Amino acid sequence: MSQHGATELEHQEHHVVGPKVYLAVFFALMICTGLTTWVAFIDLGVLNPVIALAIACFKACLVVLFFMHIHYSSKLLKLTVASGLFIFLVLVTMTLSDYISRAWGLW
Amino acid sequence: MDSPAIATGNGEVLAEAHAHPAHLRHHFETVEQQRDAASFGMWLFLLTEVMFFGGMFMAYLVYRNWYHPAFVAGCNTLNIWLGTINTVVLICSSLTMAMAVYSAEMRRKKSLITYLILTIVLGIAFLGIKSVEYAEKFELHHVPGASFSIEQFVHPTNPKAVALAPDMAEKTQVYFSLYFAMTGMHALHMIIGITILLILVVRAFGGAYTDGHMTTIENFGLYWHFVDIIWIFLFPLLYLISRYR
Amino acid sequence: MSSTNTIVQLPDQSTAQLPRKHYLNQEHTLKSWLLTGDHKRIAMLYLFSITFFFFIGGAFASLIRLQLLTPGSDLLAPDTYNKVFSMHGIVMIFLFLVPSVPATLGNFLIPIMIGAKDLAFPKINLLSWYLFIAGGLFILAAMILGGVDTGWTFTTPLSTHYLNTHVVTAALGIFIAGFASILTGLNFIVTIHRMRAPGMTWFRLPLFVWGHYAASILMVLGTPVLAITLVLVALERTIGIGVFDPTKGGDPLLFQHLFWFYSHPAVYIMILPGMAVISEVISTFSRKRVFGYTAVAFSSVAIAIFGFFVWAHHMFIMGISNYSALVFSLLTMLVAVPSAIKIFNWAATLYKGSITFETPMLYAFGFLGLFTIGGLTGVFLGSMGMDVHLTETYFIVAHFHFVMVGGMLMAYLAGLHFWWPKMTGRMYPESISKLAAVVTFIGFIFTFFPQFVLGYLGMPRRYASYPPEFQVLNVLSTAGASILAVGYLLPMLYMPWSLKYGKIAGNNPWQATGLEWQITSPPLTENFVETPIVDHEAYDYEWLANQTEHEVKTVG
Repeated sequence: MSQHGATELEHQEHHVVGPKVYLAVFFALMICTGLTTWVAFIDLGVLNPVIALAIACFKACLVVLFFMHIHYSSKLLKLTVASGLFIFLVLVTMTLSDYISRAWGLW
Repeated sequence: MDSPAIATGNGEVLAEAHAHPAHLRHHFETVEQQRDAASFGMWLFLLTEVMFFGGMFMAYLVYRNWYHPAFVAGCNTLNIWLGTINTVVLICSSLTMAMAVYSAEMRRKKSLITYLILTIVLGIAFLGIKSVEYAEKFELHHVPGASFSIEQFVHPTNPKAVALAPDMAEKTQVYFSLYFAMTGMHALHMIIGITILLILVVRAFGGAYTDGHMTTIENFGLYWHFVDIIWIFLFPLLYLISRYR
Repeated sequence: MSSTNTIVQLPDQSTAQLPRKHYLNQEHTLKSWLLTGDHKRIAMLYLFSITFFFFIGGAFASLIRLQLLTPGSDLLAPDTYNKVFSMHGIVMIFLFLVPSVPATLGNFLIPIMIGAKDLAFPKINLLSWYLFIAGGLFILAAMILGGVDTGWTFTTPLSTHYLNTHVVTAALGIFIAGFASILTGLNFIVTIHRMRAPGMTWFRLPLFVWGHYAASILMVLGTPVLAITLVLVALERTIGIGVFDPTKGGDPLLFQHLFWFYSHPAVYIMILPGMAVISEVISTFSRKRVFGYTAVAFSSVAIAIFGFFVWAHHMFIMGISNYSALVFSLLTMLVAVPSAIKIFNWAATLYKGSITFETPMLYAFGFLGLFTIGGLTGVFLGSMGMDVHLTETYFIVAHFHFVMVGGMLMAYLAGLHFWWPKMTGRMYPESISKLAAVVTFIGFIFTFFPQFVLGYLGMPRRYASYPPEFQVLNVLSTAGASILAVGYLLPMLYMPWSLKYGKIAGNNPWQATGLEWQITSPPLTENFVETPIVDHEAYDYEWLANQTEHEVKTVG
């Protein structure tokens, strides 16, 4: 008998994330912030925005996974986060399909 | 409540009056169900926020590629150190918020209130630095619509800056429009967050959230971290374009 | 499920009684309505409000049709006409179609259908109604202050630079009403995930719930993009930032991308709940399980997902790249697949069913025919070459009215009649409502079929006057609109009448299988005396026939 609507998650222990994890994440974020500002002053050509975005994504992942507890959350919440990312990427890629292929475009 | 009993899945009957924790709303069966529903609802709300900011990120992506020189010139008028300090301030506030959630979980009223107040202070510090930056933009005539002049981009006084053709210099307005729209919308979220934090502090003084029922504080934490994440992306996108020039 | 041995006789209603206590008479004060957390009462609040807005939008529609009776601008000045069709679109889309089925029937039924006492967040549900009313008031204010003439699409730079009407007020109204829609969708998703009764698995959910789930995903993910777009338009008008302004380097097409990223999924927000109603009605009145339940369930979700990939088919003539238009045109064809799955499965459900022709079923048949025409003409418009010829003509007006009015409004009326006995405890008068259904159908065909022809002949939309050779078809359309108006006014008269004089319905007047039909009509405030335990599939008519001893006990 399946009754996962109400009970599936009751068995999932509510995970308390402690100060140790928070501090570790905090220092990682600080280091990344320093790193991204430092890298910005070095001429790496096209790699500059790539690195800046990669660091930003890494930082965002740390916040989502640990500060926002997604690392310890149910599959449903993980899926929710993923779907938000997916729809944003749909907006970006489908819009870009227009912008990158315009004959008169500035791309 | 009219119904005298709730039949659970395996047929067990609980006498409701006794098995009903104080914070459990009548339409939920268990506290866990209520807590899960609340955090799921909060995440769905954050999803809408992702798409809300997503529209502006999309616009940024298009225009940055179209008007790259204008974006570089616009970006180089921003104060990178104020931006970095603000990033640090906001990450600190995220830490204090996370610790506030932890304190609520541990049922420590004093440390909960301390961390909440710290979060408010850091939030206000962020807005203070932001308003200094905004004021500077008005002085430099970099506010599209209100006071804008392309003079500094066509004939820069700074010898290191690259002069733009008047046509491209006009496009810095797009950069500053996006700058104000994105940071303004972010600041608006901060203001809303600080307002809610004030309410939370008042209620925490009254003993709320440290009695085992901490869904509100947990969900507000999610919101605050989300606002932090938006800034984590705004900072490199707005402040760090081709800084090496 | 076999269709033999199932009931074709509806129960005797002469002995039916109203329950002594139910959600309507639990409390009587105005405050108990305005501060209620009960999803059923909020559904009723929504019902009254959207009916009000429907008649405002309908009044504008009448003005449009009257104006188009003659080729010249005889009734309204051209700029007044622009305001009239803009208000018609804004009111009908944002204040009627988007909330129509979800906020009334969905609000009322989703918790009951899944065996819950309420939606997950009753206060947020009430908040969403207040936001809806606030948004509606802003839009009404824009109307009274002098109107908006951008059309419902707020096209830039027309809306940001060239029009001196109340664009910001209207945009703000839509922004606020949009949050009402987001909160409704959010509430539904959480409720469907977290509040299902024991045994109510995903594949035992009625298709009504599946349809609303899919629509809710669209509301939650699409609406915020519209919100930020309108905020940027408002900022551009008020303080002069330049995100879409070409003189500052902005791209007006970007506005179109962002606007249609919401507004194309929005048509699925409107139609999916309508399809959800049709699944219930067709199954009930053919006394058969919906053919291909799983396919119909997944087709709802598929429509929701594909809906995010096709928006630029509104922009084929606006100057997007040809390659991109090709991609969007192909993807548009994909949406036809799940829509066709639904239509074919409903047809297969009818096959060898014990069909009866009560009013909801008549409306549902209207839906099947009109939606199919509307959907197929959508395929014409999705093909790039045809679209260049047909877009911005009356063909497109006819197309979306077939889908929205012929589809959604028919489904809404089907649902309203179908669940009226559950919502109020009383039957609507059967014979006059059958007449209303038929009149609506005939009026609809006469109103909008000529518009296909007009569009094909090249009559552009959104003009106050037209060449005299188009007059015959326009007169036909206006005549049809007056028949249609009668069709909509009739329920407006007999539905309130039935509140007092209608026959008492009893718990399950249609012998339908949903959980909502196993409780009292009208339901108790907490819906169920005991949380139901579900042990059968949806649309199990044999279970219904054998379940007298399992019948959920009622207080009354």
